[in-house]
Amino acid sequence: MSITEVQFQAQAVESAPEEAIQGRSQWQLTWRRLRQDKVAVTSIVVILIMVVLAILAPVFAAALGHGEYQAFTGAGLSSAGIPVGPGVHGFPLGTDYIGRDLLVRILYGARISLFVGLSTTLIATVAGVSIGLVAGYFGGVVDTVLARFIDTVLAFPFIVLALALAAIYGPSLLIVIGVITFFSWAGISRIVRGQTLSVKEKEYIEAARSLGAGPWRIMFIDILPNLLGPVLVLATLYIPTAVVFEATLSFLGIGIPAPTPSWGVILSEAQTYYQVAWWYVVFPAFALLITTLAFNLLGDGIRDAMDPRTERLFAARRKRRKDSVTLKDSEMPHTPPASVTGAG
Amino acid sequence: MTFTRFLIRRILTGILVLWVVATATFFLFFFRPVDAVARQLAGRAASPQVINEVIRRLGLDQPILVQYWHFLDNLVHGNLGYSYYNGQAVKTIIAQDLPITASVVVGGVVLWLVGGLAVGILSATRPRSTFDRVSTVGVLAGLSMPTFVLGELLIIAVFVPLNQRGFSWIQTGYAPLSEGLIPWMGHMILPWITLAAVQAAVYTRLSRGSLIDTLGEDYIRTARAKGLSERRVVYRHGLRAALTPVVSQLGIDVGALLGGVIVVEQVFGLSGLGQDSVAAIDTGNLPVIIGFVLIASLFVVVANIIVDAAYALLDPRVRIS
Amino acid sequence: MIFQDPYGSLNPRRRVGAIIGDPFVIHKTATGAQRKRQVQELMERVGLNPEHYNRFPAEFSGGQRQRIGVARALALRPKLIICDEPVSALDVSIQAQVLNLLSDLQDDFGLSYLFIAHDLEVVRHVSNAVIVMYLGKVAEAGPKGPVYEMPRHPYTAALLSAAAAADPKLAAARQRIILTGDVPSPINPPSGCRFHPRCPKAAELCSQQEPPLESKLGDPATHVTACHFPVEAGENLAVADRRERR
Repeated sequence: MSITEVQFQAQAVESAPEEAIQGRSQWQLTWRRLRQDKVAVTSIVVILIMVVLAILAPVFAAALGHGEYQAFTGAGLSSAGIPVGPGVHGFPLGTDYIGRDLLVRILYGARISLFVGLSTTLIATVAGVSIGLVAGYFGGVVDTVLARFIDTVLAFPFIVLALALAAIYGPSLLIVIGVITFFSWAGISRIVRGQTLSVKEKEYIEAARSLGAGPWRIMFIDILPNLLGPVLVLATLYIPTAVVFEATLSFLGIGIPAPTPSWGVILSEAQTYYQVAWWYVVFPAFALLITTLAFNLLGDGIRDAMDPRTERLFAARRKRRKDSVTLKDSEMPHTPPASVTGAG
Repeated sequence: MTFTRFLIRRILTGILVLWVVATATFFLFFFRPVDAVARQLAGRAASPQVINEVIRRLGLDQPILVQYWHFLDNLVHGNLGYSYYNGQAVKTIIAQDLPITASVVVGGVVLWLVGGLAVGILSATRPRSTFDRVSTVGVLAGLSMPTFVLGELLIIAVFVPLNQRGFSWIQTGYAPLSEGLIPWMGHMILPWITLAAVQAAVYTRLSRGSLIDTLGEDYIRTARAKGLSERRVVYRHGLRAALTPVVSQLGIDVGALLGGVIVVEQVFGLSGLGQDSVAAIDTGNLPVIIGFVLIASLFVVVANIIVDAAYALLDPRVRIS
Repeated sequence: MIFQDPYGSLNPRRRVGAIIGDPFVIHKTATGAQRKRQVQELMERVGLNPEHYNRFPAEFSGGQRQRIGVARALALRPKLIICDEPVSALDVSIQAQVLNLLSDLQDDFGLSYLFIAHDLEVVRHVSNAVIVMYLGKVAEAGPKGPVYEMPRHPYTAALLSAAAAADPKLAAARQRIILTGDVPSPINPPSGCRFHPRCPKAAELCSQQEPPLESKLGDPATHVTACHFPVEAGENLAVADRRERR
């Protein structure tokens, strides 16, 4: 039978020796591309430096001999009672209005900002992904109810809620974390729900169902891996939102209460002193800005690294560096995740 | 369904939402042990007699549902209670300070929409040009900048130097419209920019992305192939579709707008409603806070209805759902 | 079940070993090293290199992916496998391989297939019995030989006349029965026999009464047709069709 001859030939081609590399997952590919993006790498470095500095805050405090709540009304304030500038009397970045070391306070502020940013985003992501998956997969009444709930939460003016809660219970870290988390999960949930709705229709989900897989298994083992890309980008972009939100709440006095050195608190104090103490505004503002910018750039970088449409750019760069390993077509992720527009 | 019916449905839903919010607000504030509520209303250092007086005057010892009924009753009649700071009717306070907040909001929204859309559209029609690249950097800066930082920076970098050189058009604080358009704008211009900048960045990015996607569609190609001028293609055909995600984002951003307003009022010393409520926290002035929460909710609901109506006008398919 | 689309029926984010191992996990029949061994055996059995256990579907060709799908379907040693157009998306030469694979597996594992396809030659090659359906109803069913040699339902006859023939002379000599109109919507099927609006032999009765599915005169008992006026031996529907249209 002629078909058999064709069969033998075809088989020979298909089992030709292939490179003995393990399959490259989407993550490995993304990481490779990310590594080449200078802006993204710089952002990662900046963030790491920020984290290290925050962790080392007590070390700086001990080395300088200035606690974050210690007020040096003698050396820290000029004769007119104004904060001293950077470099004066051993205060590297100057002092605040009651003579506290600004550098130390900013470093402790970094702890708060990073902690709030990372923890709220983590919780919000877990909650948002779970709810989005459930809403998208089960559909029907469950979806209608959850989708309406998500929309309501999204449109909700959260500062007003924070205001109300702070009024009743007094401002606190717990309220800040609670409000920010509640604000963040909805945006993530909406995107996850949308993605779930489209992934749900794919044939491999039908295949899983035909094998007898239950809904929970399908959601978390089959659908979720396809969502992780956009979710990662979104989470990375939500961290700076959380940091800014916390700073804003503290600035208004309804977030972290003074004297805790949140950047927002410092900037709020600095309002009345900016004309005589520029460092009081500039340094905390700079810290806040650079943190936020770094996370935003990193999020953008991850998104670009995951999008195979920009693959051509990266491939061109690699060829220019005369890389010895060339990518096969098969290494491109098959189903590119839909790109995330905006920070939700 | 027709547009009118759609609108009516949305308004009714809005009223329902307002009622839910009012109820939630009430229970949030008042559904606690009588003592705690009274102490909060009376002030932190109040003596037992004062507390008892407060309980008696406000009827705090009545069953919660009776209180709720009174609350709703008052609300419907426009009575929002009295400030514990100076006894003024909250309604009056709101009426006084609303114009200030409104000035900030209106100018800010116009600036952010116009600015965001204009830059977004121009960037989308000139991809990868210098303009596009510069605006991308600007957008990134805007996105990373907290509103209050921008406000403070603007004061330091713009207001102070200009004033020092005798150029006094730009001022902090507020001048009502009645004193003239120019002074009003001079006081408002920095708050507007501050409020608008961050949001404009978001909308630039959003409209740019959306327009680029739309312009890649086949029906745009057809329009061009038909020989329509580029201007017509973009503005008449492309924009309509590209604007829908922008409009839907608007509905969500109304909430963010309120937050921005509070911050801007604080930074620029504008005694609008935002300032009132923040100050009220310090003094424990619950009626003012409650009043603000309700007004804010009213604003959000109305704004959402307007946005939904705009969306339905842009995209007729929406009216069916 | 084996699916039609080799690109869509495998989760692009999961490794092939995990995909094939799914049935074992879901039904808790094998774990750990034992599962891996069984998956690799399956891979070998369908003609894949077991060393590719950790690869992603994107790294395989269409034919190989379909084999992965076969391996997955085979995992729990089912008695019946539903094949939903498993070769329609494949290149013709690859089709042959996969069909041969399915045939070998059938012998080795004692499988029954419910094979859905549009290509009549494939159907003929693969089947023992054939069911022809139209708009959700069975039009004709029976052992392969009788249905292909002597189709009784006009729809079957039309289908067979349209099937590609390898020999061009034969194809030119054959009369094509061309059906008029389009397939109606299944939500609103025609009355009586669903085929009647397009049937060259349709009569009054056909629009009123749905024909029963029964064995017609002269056919073996297993060959059943649902038609009031089945095609007779020697009848040429193409001629009848053209005559009517003129």
